[in-house]
Amino acid sequence: MIEARNLTKRYGDKLAVDDLSFTVEPGVVTGFLGPNGSGKSTTMRLILGLDAPTGGDVTVAGKHYADHPAPLHEVGALLEARSIHTGRSAYNHLLALAQTHGIPRRRVDELIELVGLESVARKRAGQFSLGMGQRLGIAAALIGDPDVVMLDEPVNGLDPDGIRWIRDLMKALAAEGRTVFLSSHLMSEMALTADHLIVIGRGRLIADASVDEFLRRHSKKVVRVRSPQADELVALVAGPDVTASPLEPGLVEIDGLTAEQVGEAAAANGFVLHELTPQQVTLEDAFIDLTQGELEFRAHASLDSLAEKEDVPA
Amino acid sequence: MTSTSIGPHLPRLAHSGRVTQLNVIRSEWTKLRSVRSTLWSLFCAVVFTIGIAGIATAVISHHWPQVSPGDRADFHPLEPTLGGVQLAQLAIGVLGVLVISGEYSTGMIRASMSAAPKRLPVLWGKAVVYGLTTLVLMVPSAFAAFFVGQAILSGRHIEAGIGDPGVARAVLGAGLYLTVVGLFGLGLGAIVRNTAGGIALFAGIMFVLPPLMNVLPSSWNNAASPYLPLQAGERILQTTGGTLSPWTGFGIFCAYAAAALAIAAWLLKKRDV
Repeated sequence: MIEARNLTKRYGDKLAVDDLSFTVEPGVVTGFLGPNGSGKSTTMRLILGLDAPTGGDVTVAGKHYADHPAPLHEVGALLEARSIHTGRSAYNHLLALAQTHGIPRRRVDELIELVGLESVARKRAGQFSLGMGQRLGIAAALIGDPDVVMLDEPVNGLDPDGIRWIRDLMKALAAEGRTVFLSSHLMSEMALTADHLIVIGRGRLIADASVDEFLRRHSKKVVRVRSPQADELVALVAGPDVTASPLEPGLVEIDGLTAEQVGEAAAANGFVLHELTPQQVTLEDAFIDLTQGELEFRAHASLDSLAEKEDVPA
Repeated sequence: MTSTSIGPHLPRLAHSGRVTQLNVIRSEWTKLRSVRSTLWSLFCAVVFTIGIAGIATAVISHHWPQVSPGDRADFHPLEPTLGGVQLAQLAIGVLGVLVISGEYSTGMIRASMSAAPKRLPVLWGKAVVYGLTTLVLMVPSAFAAFFVGQAILSGRHIEAGIGDPGVARAVLGAGLYLTVVGLFGLGLGAIVRNTAGGIALFAGIMFVLPPLMNVLPSSWNNAASPYLPLQAGERILQTTGGTLSPWTGFGIFCAYAAAALAIAAWLLKKRDV
């Protein structure tokens, strides 16, 4: 379990993490979502104690990470930035990490086998492809048999097989009762892996909910209707909570009613329907909706600052 | 009861230990020996130390009949045999910087500090492992350089004996000096956290600062220069001259290295990784 309370991190005048409070529970896969630069990696560095928070606090299993006598047994982490000496072999990299905790050598072999790097284990990590480096990073994260597995953008650079492998592994780890915390800027990936979502933007918490709840809360009731009498139908159902947007003659999207409600209204008035399709809001759409404000703000802010720098006369 | 395993499965770890200084030292030993630059730098340091002793004494021995009586009087047989230390200290000091700066440049430091988040055991582990490695390699190398050099000089009967005054101390001192040079480099590398910057700082303090002292009024220069790291440290290699006694000079050099490591330790606790 990871608990962050009012976690804040400021680098110079940039607020990277802004009063963030959340709990990551064991037994489920929690997705940590946000656009690039939203503070996900910084939050993970704060959890590991690599950076000290400017304010607030974050604990793992009730203690600061650094206060655990066997920290690799508590948290296994893969950070987005590479954390491997390029001149050292995969085997020696894992061995050096294992030795800090007195973990036996055969564990290193076990992990190399688990991530499928047997054939390159003695090669220098600098020669690894992105995908191989990612597998080595995952092996390093799992070497201490951690209760919390925390991976920053784990599918980066992996082929489809590798992505499915990670997804299965993470689900299996959560099913064993471990806490699994995965960051991504890709909603589609999280939709397939995560049970719970923590969404941040510009360092601030935007949403903290189960995937189902998140979808329900952000899904809109939109129905696509194709009918020769589309205009009459819209006139019939229109109201303060119901809006219609015509897409082309005879085709409208009605927002605010379910397909059942629209179908029944049409039948009651004898309108002919050629199509009646509930429009599913994907997790992707909900995420984009949720984070768009943040992105737009940033785009404007950077334009403003550009204008200031160039001292454009008004 | 059956259990079907679908997909990857992480085997449980039978028993995990805990982070101790000794475990971190083991880990640091693995790190040191598993990078090629380490092996090359140490190999160079050994070859420089012994090889230059051999070459310098062979050249002197060859030209001895042409050497003037005045120069013969000034000749001390220890000097050419310990000449290789001058070059070896560059390799040892640079490797000291690299031992830590290499972790910052590759990002390995994040893995190291996640595995040992108290941080200081990593720095002490590196100091112990690198210090012992240089000691174990360079003390025998210095003795080998001495005996090779003196064997060559003995052809002209101008050799020194290990029992001559100050000679055993100077030869042993060469190994000790190189060890502390390595630790000084490590401390500076840990302060700067950058390979180029660390090497520049090391070379600047050791080799650029001494000639720069000449811009000072000579009374200041004469008062301060003996206390510079290089001058103070090299007293242990010398059998003649000098303001400071050999062990006092070496003690001051050790204090520089200790100060660099102490500042590095303080910064390591204070700064973000």
